[in-house]
Amino acid sequence: MSDDGRITHVAGTGVPVRGNDIDTDRIIPARYLREITFETLGPHAFEDERRQLNGKHPFDDARFTGASVLVVNRNFGSGSSREHAPQALMRRGIKAIVGESFAEIFFGNCTTIGIPCLTLPATQIESLQSLIEEEPETALEIDVGSGTITAGQAAYQAELPASVREAFVSGEWDALSSLLESNDAISAVHDRLPYITGWPAR
Amino acid sequence: MGQTLLDKVWDAHSVRELPNGQTQLFIGLHLVHEVTSPQAFQMLAERGLAVRYPDRTFATVDHIIPTDESTRPYVDGMAEQMFVAIEQNVEQTGIPFFDRSTGRQGIVHVIGPELGLTQPGMTIACGDSHTSTHGAFGAIAFGIGTSQVRDVLATQTISVAKPQCRRISVSGKLADGVFAKDVILAIIGRLGVQGGVGYAYEYAGDVFDAMSMDERMTVCNMSIEGGARVGYVNPDETAYAYLQGREYAPNDADFDSARQWWTDVASDADAAFDDRVDIEGESIAPMVTWGVNPGQVLGVDDLIPSPDDVEGLERRSIQDALDHMKLTPGAPIAGTPIDVAFVGSCTNSRISDLREAARVAEGGRVPAHVKALVVPGSQQVKTEAEAEGLDDVFRAAGFEWRDAGCSMCLAMNPDKLVNDQVCASSSNRNFKGRQGSPLGRTLLMSPAMVAAAAVAGEVTDVRAMAMG
Repeated sequence: MSDDGRITHVAGTGVPVRGNDIDTDRIIPARYLREITFETLGPHAFEDERRQLNGKHPFDDARFTGASVLVVNRNFGSGSSREHAPQALMRRGIKAIVGESFAEIFFGNCTTIGIPCLTLPATQIESLQSLIEEEPETALEIDVGSGTITAGQAAYQAELPASVREAFVSGEWDALSSLLESNDAISAVHDRLPYITGWPAR
Repeated sequence: MGQTLLDKVWDAHSVRELPNGQTQLFIGLHLVHEVTSPQAFQMLAERGLAVRYPDRTFATVDHIIPTDESTRPYVDGMAEQMFVAIEQNVEQTGIPFFDRSTGRQGIVHVIGPELGLTQPGMTIACGDSHTSTHGAFGAIAFGIGTSQVRDVLATQTISVAKPQCRRISVSGKLADGVFAKDVILAIIGRLGVQGGVGYAYEYAGDVFDAMSMDERMTVCNMSIEGGARVGYVNPDETAYAYLQGREYAPNDADFDSARQWWTDVASDADAAFDDRVDIEGESIAPMVTWGVNPGQVLGVDDLIPSPDDVEGLERRSIQDALDHMKLTPGAPIAGTPIDVAFVGSCTNSRISDLREAARVAEGGRVPAHVKALVVPGSQQVKTEAEAEGLDDVFRAAGFEWRDAGCSMCLAMNPDKLVNDQVCASSSNRNFKGRQGSPLGRTLLMSPAMVAAAAVAGEVTDVRAMAMG
């Protein structure tokens, strides 16, 4: 990220987490939502799965230490709206996610905190995951503006909705500043809604 | 060409198109609970921002609240800390707060409608994915993350892309023993857990027309389990009758005027939809999940699927689910022994849910090795149920009768599965670890089916039991 918040490129190594429909309860179990900050979440990402796999989860695999690009399969982040899920991944060092598809609220939460989620067809996800597993040191580079992902000698053309791409490239992925600009227009909508300002007489 | 309710509500609440192409959407009603809000209030304070319309946000406590203990400070120190945080936040910002002392506390998606806060034609947001529940009234209601909770507090708006609209029509009638929960599980089973991504679901047809508001809420609640962030039913006389006389609903003098606005907001007869799905109500059986997401579901008289039926990553998904659930491919789901039965959650904890469960439980006896609990969705539901004697029916059958909260739906309070217990649950998610034990196993079903399973000690077709 540049000083002005623009996110145009993400570079680093990758970590594949395979499986369809990996829900936000699996990404961060609900007991870690018993907290009034996000700051301590990082170490708990995928905690229950990691315990069950006894060190064999990719997040515990030394080959993927320090990875910043998470590569996943279909419908990643389904379920709960908990922003704790992307916050945990971010605090664990994840800066971008590439997957076949994402659940909608998860995708929006990632955008709002500055994590681009790009999509590739299933076969290319499979190829990228295998590449990372075989050569974990492969340097990945994501050009957020064009959607091009280079992985060593390989290149992939990923997709990102135009509005989201624009938000990252312009540095306005956290919408609050833009939202605050429309003060008068917000008041106008507020004032015209009968359920707020009163029902017209009949 | 006419407009959908989605189109009309979107237009009425649109502040502007943002530079990124998304809509800045005004949120008419914002609901807040203790789990997803403390960081939002903190972010607001860090930026020196005030709450723009404190009278458009309402708060309660539901996720962490103990359901078997009412004395403060709570034994659970973290719960106590989160309660203190929300109490301070609402006090400093002037947001109305329904805690237990008000007699109106409960699960946020139960109390919103119950108090008449939820009304047709509104936009509603809450830091909770089951906010889709409120769509039962013809509102556009969706879950948001904590940063967006901050945005709503600061501006009463969010940045959001307008979804497409899919009309799901269920025709005919439901068989006896088949409930709203079975309808939505059947829809998710058919369209998949990501089939609704990018869509709002409009539920229409004879079956939804005939449903009570409680039943419509059950269906809309689980829209998100099918991937759809928004689900709604067009408002009609059933909705208006429900609203009349409720605390925050328009009073009698305004009601006709409100009714006209609500009627106008419904989808036009010639509205255009991006997609349509038609399902026959008669085809739906009592449903039970066998896997680790709500799309892994079958009729109670069906057989558990086999990984050999499919190819590729989907095969791995089925195998992975069966391994977790310790179920056998090709075996019937009926007869699966249970350890715990849970009636509750924002999906199925309303008075009609408790009545259906009580009707099945009445005269039965939960076996000693099964723990069964009933957790009403709100203090008001609890009071109403007790006035009808439902608590006595449940206690006599061996169920625990608790105070209002989310409880074992997500086990953020002390109500949790232990080890690999199997739970027949009227909640909404059968994800791994959802009910508090990483190895816990959840079977989603209707409240009547949960009561049947509780009494029988195993998954049982409620149609085969004497129906009251």
